[in-house]
Amino acid sequence: MKKRFSPRHALVLAKRNVTKMLHSPEQFLDVTLQPIIFLLLFTYIFGGALAGGSQHSYLEFLLPGMLGQTIAMSSVAIGQNMHADIAKGVFDRFRSLPIARSVPLVGAVLADFSRYAIVCVVTMAFGYLLGFRIATDPVKLIAALGLAICFALSFAWISVFVGMTVRSAGAVQGVMILFVLPLSFGSNTFVKPATMPGWLQAFVNVNPLSHLVSAVRGLMLGGPAGSQVAWTLAWCAGLLIVFFPLALRAYIRRA
Amino acid sequence: MTDLAIEATGLTKSFGKTKALAGVDLAARTGTVLGVLGPNGAGKTTAVRILATLLRADSRTALVNGFDVRTQPDKVRASIGLTGQFASVDDDLTGTQNLVMIGQLLDLPKKAAKARAAELLEWFDLTDAASQQAKNYSGGMRRRLDLAASLVGRPSVVFLDEPTTGLDPAKREDMWDVVRGLVSDGSTVLLTTQYLDEADALADEITVIDHGKVIAHDTPHGLKRVVGGQRLTAHPLDPARYDDLVTVLAGISSVDGRPPETDGRGSVTVQVDSDEVLPDVVARLRAAGIAVDELSLHLPSLDEVFFTLTGTRSGDSRVPEEILS
Repeated sequence: MKKRFSPRHALVLAKRNVTKMLHSPEQFLDVTLQPIIFLLLFTYIFGGALAGGSQHSYLEFLLPGMLGQTIAMSSVAIGQNMHADIAKGVFDRFRSLPIARSVPLVGAVLADFSRYAIVCVVTMAFGYLLGFRIATDPVKLIAALGLAICFALSFAWISVFVGMTVRSAGAVQGVMILFVLPLSFGSNTFVKPATMPGWLQAFVNVNPLSHLVSAVRGLMLGGPAGSQVAWTLAWCAGLLIVFFPLALRAYIRRA
Repeated sequence: MTDLAIEATGLTKSFGKTKALAGVDLAARTGTVLGVLGPNGAGKTTAVRILATLLRADSRTALVNGFDVRTQPDKVRASIGLTGQFASVDDDLTGTQNLVMIGQLLDLPKKAAKARAAELLEWFDLTDAASQQAKNYSGGMRRRLDLAASLVGRPSVVFLDEPTTGLDPAKREDMWDVVRGLVSDGSTVLLTTQYLDEADALADEITVIDHGKVIAHDTPHGLKRVVGGQRLTAHPLDPARYDDLVTVLAGISSVDGRPPETDGRGSVTVQVDSDEVLPDVVARLRAAGIAVDELSLHLPSLDEVFFTLTGTRSGDSRVPEEILS
């Protein structure tokens, strides 16, 4: 007999995680300062060279990609936090309560929603200051940001899985960076893949982050986005199907 | 239907090559306190974690409130409270937030969860600290909050894993009162401890375990009869009178032929039948003109219990207690 999953329990634990985050606001640096610094660096260092002198047109190309990159980087924290959290007694308490096994994990991922929402707001607001304007309408903008957050919440399960598997919180970062760097740079985030060698283009074209970035670009700047949105959602489902059970199993084994 | 709230037979559990439990039987009647006495690494925590559904036994299972910990873990979880060896409270949350969270996870409506939290904070004398983060609590306050957290759902079986380890004597007495209160409310308590006096003060029955095996099970009275009632310890004011003190005390020992035990501090300990010997001891010491600066009657320490039960000293060369793995 298994206890059924209760969304209410998950929300209670999501609230717990948000409260914890608010008590150590430095945890928000990676979702606030990081997108700002990256936008500045890439726009003004590479922008001119990459887009033939027009930093503004590079910013237009970069910003939707930057959302994807920041989301992938920010997912590192949840695995680290959960790794540290689980070593403390409070998880024993959760295990001794009549709640579904998955609730503490789902609660933590839901709490991360707040971080990804901050990524979206900071990136869009700072982009606006630099001169970025959407070419479509607010509904499509909301759809783009919703898609990005949806992807983030699916991608976070990789980090949770890694966090439940490795031996130290530091190792979570090591493993995740190895994973996130090729994904974020081996994509269409920073440059168009046309000049890359064929094997790399093949990787870029299947990279889930490329699909997310293309979809977000389409939704913000106009042009066809439908198939890229569908690909992104398919990847979200795929990540969930694979990494949610893996993370849950690793968590239960760790008990 | 049995009247046993906790019933385990032949539990085994290994961690790698380490045998934490090698066939442990535990039984607690409803509404009583079962004391599980043993040194570090004896398997006490492992047994509690199995009974509280945090770990699975390698073989056999256990019934808690009539539910099988292996096949009906959620029924078990709905009726137990667990207080671990290390306070399992959330440091970043306040006392109130900790307890309200548990209440909500137990499906209490928010208002009821808040009311229950306030009630428990009051009971455990934490009302003043209710809106402080638990990380600012003292060790004793954390223990109390932890215990409060395990009682939010009014569990009928409460597991207390070394609830007083590290507490000062006054706080220990407070904790004992809480345990007595739980039992008078009808709960069943399983309490692990390293102290015979704690088990003696609280438990209706005591199971002594060592190296993952039960080496004795009895009432406190029965156990004390086996290990020989009380000990009398004296320390001479003048170290030169040490040998005279040994001679005097040997005369009142309840066990013929067993020499008084000595320790490195110059104290002498003998086993005695009851506290009725005390006036006699005082008279004999005065007659011999030996002044003492310590004269005490106490229950045997865990070490002495083990010495009597197994013939070997406890402690040393033990596997560390598996706490989190």
